[in-house]
Amino acid sequence: MPRLYTFLKYFFVVLWACFVIAPFLWAISTSFKDFNSVTGGATYIPWLQFEPTLDGWSVLFKPGSQGGINIIGPYFNSIFVTLTASLISIVLGTLAAYALSRYTFKAGIVKNNDITFFFISQRIMPPVVLSIPFFIFLSSLGLLDSLAGLILVYIVLLMPIAVWIMVDFFNRVPREIDETALIDGCNPFQAFFKVVLPNSVPGMLVAGLFCIIFGWIDFFFAFILTFTKVQLLPVKIVALNSSITPWWSLSAAALVSVAPLIIVAFIVERYLSKGNLSGALK
Amino acid sequence: MSLMLNHISFKPTEEYHLNDISLRFESGKMYTILGRTLSGKTTLLKTIAGLQTPDSGSINFDDTDFLSIPVWKRNVAMVYQQFINYPHLNVRDNIAFPLKQRKMDENLIESEVKEAMEKVGLIGFESRKIQELSGGQQQRVALARSLAKKAKILLLDEPLVNLDYKLREGLREEFKKLFNVSDESNSILIYASTDPLEAMQLNGNIIVIDEGKILQSGTAKDVFENPATAKVAEITNDPAMNINKCLIQDNSLIMNDSVQIQIPDQLKSIPNGKYLVGIRATDIYLDDQGFAFDVEISEISGSETFLHLRNNNLKCVATIEEVKTYNTNEVVKINFDKSKIYLFEESGELQHSPYQ
Repeated sequence: MPRLYTFLKYFFVVLWACFVIAPFLWAISTSFKDFNSVTGGATYIPWLQFEPTLDGWSVLFKPGSQGGINIIGPYFNSIFVTLTASLISIVLGTLAAYALSRYTFKAGIVKNNDITFFFISQRIMPPVVLSIPFFIFLSSLGLLDSLAGLILVYIVLLMPIAVWIMVDFFNRVPREIDETALIDGCNPFQAFFKVVLPNSVPGMLVAGLFCIIFGWIDFFFAFILTFTKVQLLPVKIVALNSSITPWWSLSAAALVSVAPLIIVAFIVERYLSKGNLSGALK
Repeated sequence: MSLMLNHISFKPTEEYHLNDISLRFESGKMYTILGRTLSGKTTLLKTIAGLQTPDSGSINFDDTDFLSIPVWKRNVAMVYQQFINYPHLNVRDNIAFPLKQRKMDENLIESEVKEAMEKVGLIGFESRKIQELSGGQQQRVALARSLAKKAKILLLDEPLVNLDYKLREGLREEFKKLFNVSDESNSILIYASTDPLEAMQLNGNIIVIDEGKILQSGTAKDVFENPATAKVAEITNDPAMNINKCLIQDNSLIMNDSVQIQIPDQLKSIPNGKYLVGIRATDIYLDDQGFAFDVEISEISGSETFLHLRNNNLKCVATIEEVKTYNTNEVVKINFDKSKIYLFEESGELQHSPYQ
């Protein structure tokens, strides 16, 4: 039985891995093809079945005057906006979540759970509903088509995720740890920064991962709230599309844009699988 | 130095968690707060520590108003029933944490930590991570941290309850030694427990608490021999003392139609009437000439067997000094040690104790 179990386990893992990896292989191979190799039927193996070219990739880095899209600027814009918005969301979200988890708030019928739900409810609305208010809001602040404006909007989108994850995390950390810190001579701020925060790294990493993913992949608001001065990567990639769909450069762009997420996921996964913090607070 | 609690009440909801509690703790002495789960033990300890503010009443320590001092300046130490340590610090840093917080000299911290670790037997574990330790060791770390502080008030909230039986027995012995040592330091030691046996073994002053109210306080011997009320008698015995309604009439003590005993000499002076009779489980023995009871449950505990017995509406638990399996509904004949019978008024107050 154990052998059969092991066999089945690896069988399904390999099967699943194929599903996950195949699109990447397909995209990698497509990114080196030219027009004829893409439209002339399915080909897989470079040099044997098609002649690899760098045309798809070079378009990404050529300036617009040479028919390229030059993604380097938007790439750094995207990284800057996502990281800044995620960082601010995590810091504010963690503080808010700790307060919601440890202190009792009451304003009329509004209690802690209602406040938490208010945060999460920001994610229930379809983004389209928010587009016009955001547009008017940013334009009256003079922040349309600017990095600061985008960061502001992304904080609104990302902080609920951080609060949601961190409230759940703090609720599972025994209150007695904070209390012991107080008894051992910490005032409430020291208790938070010296004891609670160092033990919250796993929760913050998970929250951070989600913030980065949701910030990085957003197309809608990046599209609506920017025009020419500031452009983010997803918008720029879509701009590749013309009368002929350039599958080769789209594939290359897709690979380039997904790379940071893969790197972040690997880093976070290594921290989490250490398990030295996530299970420690039991 | 002494810690005085004056009319402390705490009522966060409909029910009292602490109900008009007045106590006096002397330094250099040990107190055991004995009560069932949710009786208010933890709330009382947290109130002394300052983690909870009572609705009314005052706490004075050494002529200072304790309630006006925040937790982090009260210089108390507390060990919880859960093993609470700082998971991000190793054993040494855990124990040193309160001392560092006090900005003590590094060398002094080093020696204090070493001393505390020696006391609880953790030498060699200095740089271990908390999560690499067993439950018993984790609790030793928590204990060492509270000892290293040399706090004037040491609060222990059922520190042994989450440990397995053998560890608990061993650590309790060490506790007793530790407490004797710490007598010199003149601190007040308050130990909360649900286990009457533990309270008796620790042999300090016992404070019996139930539903947030102090029922009795006194020495272990006193509380055991002369429980103030039937409730105290139930709480301070394990298994709980058998308390049943009875009628004293014409020199017989009537528990129900079939269980009636001749009034023993020491109870002769008690007027006829309705009472509560209290008999310890250990004062019931098997006797072929005795009363027939049905076995409801029998449980083996160590070298003893607890029999849950029933005769019509009369229920009692007996401790039999042997290991034997009884079937449910089996009929056993038992008798009561008449010289050890307690009588309580119907309202619960003690009327007669065999130790009076």
